[in-house]
Amino acid sequence: MSFVSFDRVSLAYDEGGPLAIEDVSLTVDANEFVAVVGPSGCGKSTLMKLVSGLSKPSQGVVYLSGEQVKGPQKSIGMAFQASNLLPWRTTLQNILLPLEIVQPYRSQMRRNRREFEEQARALLARVGLAGCEDKFPWELSGGMQQRASICRALIHKPRLLMLDEPFGALDAFTREELWCMLQDLWQESPFTVVLVTHDLREAVFLADTVYVMSKGPGRILVRKPIDLPRPRTLEDTYTDSFASQVHELREHIGRIRQT
Amino acid sequence: MKPRYQKFLITHASWILLLSLLLIWEIICSSLKVPEYLFPAPSAIWSAGVARWEVILQHALQTFFTTLAGFAIAVAVGLLLGIAVGTYPVVYRALYPLLVGFNSIPKVAFVPVLVVWFGIGTVPAILTAFLISFFPVLVNVATGLATLEPELEDVLRSLGASKMDILRKVGLPRALPYFFASLKVAITLAFVGSVISETVASNLGIGYLMMAASSSMDMALVFAGLFVIGAMGVGMYELFAFFEKRFTGWAHRSPGGAF
Repeated sequence: MSFVSFDRVSLAYDEGGPLAIEDVSLTVDANEFVAVVGPSGCGKSTLMKLVSGLSKPSQGVVYLSGEQVKGPQKSIGMAFQASNLLPWRTTLQNILLPLEIVQPYRSQMRRNRREFEEQARALLARVGLAGCEDKFPWELSGGMQQRASICRALIHKPRLLMLDEPFGALDAFTREELWCMLQDLWQESPFTVVLVTHDLREAVFLADTVYVMSKGPGRILVRKPIDLPRPRTLEDTYTDSFASQVHELREHIGRIRQT
Repeated sequence: MKPRYQKFLITHASWILLLSLLLIWEIICSSLKVPEYLFPAPSAIWSAGVARWEVILQHALQTFFTTLAGFAIAVAVGLLLGIAVGTYPVVYRALYPLLVGFNSIPKVAFVPVLVVWFGIGTVPAILTAFLISFFPVLVNVATGLATLEPELEDVLRSLGASKMDILRKVGLPRALPYFFASLKVAITLAFVGSVISETVASNLGIGYLMMAASSSMDMALVFAGLFVIGAMGVGMYELFAFFEKRFTGWAHRSPGGAF
């Protein structure tokens, strides 16, 4: 039973205008880690908006856990390239924000605040941010902000986590650290992940399945399962099998760019 | 480490400038023997102020409370309209050109109309202060709300946040620095409005006092009135600058950026 499925979905932001994505069909299983790669402007972010119901498809249907997506979905976790933490809230308060919005936590907030704070502290500690709870986001480094942003996306235990180039603005070392962090979180208590990225190594390292998209309009060109054992380590990224999978993806992208 | 005299110079720069300007003014007046009924020296203004302090105080209080009343209405109206304009694109489209047009009308041209409607006295002064000072509040609040990062909005909407949630949790706190910045501008404008109205149509207030004094060639008293208005303006500005720092310190965290 697939958790997310696209059935021949097209979307034009302006009616009759150019298509952002065309005839996309794909399925994501529950607790699967999916990465979508492609050249910039291929409509990767549009996919995310369609799943979360922030955009409506012009044609086709998007299903989320068996039901058609008609409006904004509740309780999806999202993180972007910019951490988008609120500068007037401490890190801990930032993490608690989804619990103030999503039911059933929302109505329990007053009674169980202490308990929720404990959960948030535990999650922060889990990603290596113990001691940063009462700091403001602008007192954290870029990598720490991004860790906190992912915590905020996960605190309400969403069944679907959507990541739009979450590590794009980080330096290479921090980025690899966060790959491992995300993989650990995901393996500990699995959830479904859709990761949009243009970093092929990142896609191969993290994903069970990688989709390659073409641009203008965005179409799914290739679906490539990644058959590397888990947990994957940074050492694995230097093996031949890893390199050949990245290379294969790179060739697909290269072909798109030439056309 | 800067030398001590330099530090002293920076912390007291405004007082030093004011005192030196007054000193130069005094020297010019006394050395050129400028007649007092044209351009009184600071010393003459001071003695006129001290001699007539009761009259000045009475009129100053009138102006002060008139201004505050107009300012309070301006804040309330500016805040409400600003929220409407910043939240609903339709309201922005409909209202903005009208407001810009209205704001371009010199408010002094409006005073006679107010006098016809409300008679001479406090009411037109309050309304002029309101009309001249609500616009910056409105524009700033609307700007603060409208510049909300679309990604942050996506994060919240995919959690199932309502428009009201987004406004309460993110929009308003985020607009707060803009709001406080506008209060500083609005309070000084409110003084302009009330004094303008008093000079044209009132028999109370600093504006009236100055008109009366200038018609009897009592220029020292006119200037004393000007100084009192200026002092009240600076005082209120500093008060709101203090509130701004107190409540939105997170927005002014860059060193040396505290205006």
